[in-house]
Amino acid sequence: MNVTIRSHMTTIVALGTALLVTAVLLLTSSSDVLHAFAILFWGALTSPSRIADMVMLMSPLLLCAIGLSVSFSAGQYNLGIEGQMTVGGVAAMGLLRMYAEGQAPYLYWLFAIIAGMLMGLVWALLVAALKRYTHVSEIFAGLGLNFVALGASLYLVFGPWKRPGVASMSGTEPLADILWLPTLTGTRLAWLTPIIALVALVVVWRILRQSHWGLQVRACGLSPLASTRMGIPATRRTFQAMALCGALAGLAGALQIIGVYHALVPNVASGIGLMGLLVALLVRADIRFVPVVAFFFAIITSGSIQLPLSLSIDSSISGVLQGLIVLAVIVSRALTKEGQS
Amino acid sequence: MNSPQLVTDIAAIIAMSAPLVFATMGIYITERAGVINLSVDGAMLLAGMAGFAVALLTSSVVLGFLAASVVGALVAALVAFLGISLRLSQTAVGFVLALLCTDLSSFLGNPYVQQTGPAVAAFPVPGLRDLPVLGRLFFQHDMVIYTSMVIVPLIAWWVYRTRSGLILRGLGERPEALFARGVDVIRARYMAVILGGVLIGIAGAAYTLDLKQGWTYRHIAGTGWIALAIVIFGAWRPWRVLFGCYLFALLQTLASRLQDNTWQIPTQVLQVAPFVIMIVVLAVVNTLGSAEMQTRLQRLPTGLQRILRYITSPAPAALGQPFEQQ
Repeated sequence: MNVTIRSHMTTIVALGTALLVTAVLLLTSSSDVLHAFAILFWGALTSPSRIADMVMLMSPLLLCAIGLSVSFSAGQYNLGIEGQMTVGGVAAMGLLRMYAEGQAPYLYWLFAIIAGMLMGLVWALLVAALKRYTHVSEIFAGLGLNFVALGASLYLVFGPWKRPGVASMSGTEPLADILWLPTLTGTRLAWLTPIIALVALVVVWRILRQSHWGLQVRACGLSPLASTRMGIPATRRTFQAMALCGALAGLAGALQIIGVYHALVPNVASGIGLMGLLVALLVRADIRFVPVVAFFFAIITSGSIQLPLSLSIDSSISGVLQGLIVLAVIVSRALTKEGQS
Repeated sequence: MNSPQLVTDIAAIIAMSAPLVFATMGIYITERAGVINLSVDGAMLLAGMAGFAVALLTSSVVLGFLAASVVGALVAALVAFLGISLRLSQTAVGFVLALLCTDLSSFLGNPYVQQTGPAVAAFPVPGLRDLPVLGRLFFQHDMVIYTSMVIVPLIAWWVYRTRSGLILRGLGERPEALFARGVDVIRARYMAVILGGVLIGIAGAAYTLDLKQGWTYRHIAGTGWIALAIVIFGAWRPWRVLFGCYLFALLQTLASRLQDNTWQIPTQVLQVAPFVIMIVVLAVVNTLGSAEMQTRLQRLPTGLQRILRYITSPAPAALGQPFEQQ
């Protein structure tokens, strides 16, 4: 059989297996499995405001997943993405707090975004440097720095930036209304965010797939030693790939502040970075599929929020389904590869 | 019971380290066999949830621990199958399973959230418990904590003093040599990974049935990653891993103790301090252990060299590499 057709077949079998296991799990808490699937796959698209909410989740997910495809191409497991998103949000908030009445808000948006990207970039470079110069695995350096970033944002929410009188988990004093990114009428969606995410997608796709730089980054990911012998500055390319990923995560964090939370909340990243890692693992370095998978994951996650109310099913089933899909697909890839040899 | 504060604190540190000791020993055995199991964080949550649920339904703490170790073993067996037999990236598989098991624990554990269930009973050792200081430190805990105190010497003895322990170390260092001598490397690795999984499962139950006594969503999320880092910090040596566990618990205790201090250090800063210290220590240890540093260190006096070599013992040479049995 044709190899491509066969690999498509195995992918379909893998997706079917993931759905089947999810169905069995759903049976443990509800008899109405079909209804539950309908909500998971369609629930997020049933009204304009729900679609808007789904896009609000998809945009930062897309930004993280794009960045992670770059760092994956360079062979790095950037588990520090959540921390990079968090410090991006902190930096953006720090800048927006300087706003004085009467000034133009768009300048502050621009600077907040730049500050967020820079801070995310620095946080990612810290991981890269720890790995390159002190041999600490990027997984543990990244995870450690996630905790540090979370500590920093908690400190600001409960300390210097707390609401006058009451410090609470709900976040700092909200930004002035004029600093909120404008939303589509009737929804909570700041329309600029998905546009920025799509622009980032196109730009990064071109850089990674069609530039000399992208080719070198991918070569470093495949074999750092071989690429060094071929004269590619492997260390520099790895650092640059991590920096790009960190900057995109920081951008996502900054946009969460000005477009979604309008305040600094303790956990800016709230698992979006980790979901981005699942997306990136699923598409590997092929960035063209990132929007498809991110769209699908965003639908499942937004849809699952309706599950507890309508069927009293715990919403974490969306995470289970996503994990099962990624697992089944990477297993199916290994099996097809085995079948060929 | 009128012991000085310091003694009470140290006893508390020993008690709160117990789950970490089980988890790190499980990871230690797994990695000594040359396999990386990154799923620990999720596996502990899932096993802890299962252990609590079973203990609640059967009113038996022992059955709870049994269920938890079965769950831990199953997740580990999956890691072994995907990583050893299918030769998938152990990092990717472990990470996905960590997230998957976390969400699975939230989903399946939903009915048991914040229920009051059975817990491990305190068991002061008769006679020994009344010893001055020592009694309070070591002999007024429960069976789980006593086990955590003896398991490290047991494992150290097994790994360094028995034939099967030698095979375990060989699996992680030179599996091809073992294979040449007729050892079934793949089967032996499976056994080590599953045994490690049992200990990781027990660690989860040690939280839900003993230290935290109950189950809520993701309540111990993060500890699995910490355990993985502690094993690196401990440079794959049981006693140093144990020291790492106690050090981490000590830092956490200090953090909560210093909250109401006169220095005005914010709580959140103290809570992340252990992670910062962990990264710094890993950085120092790994830098000293790198090949280029080792050549430079050869100019130092031999005594100093020996100390440094002790600090920087390397990772098992075949860690994370699949083995192809012909």
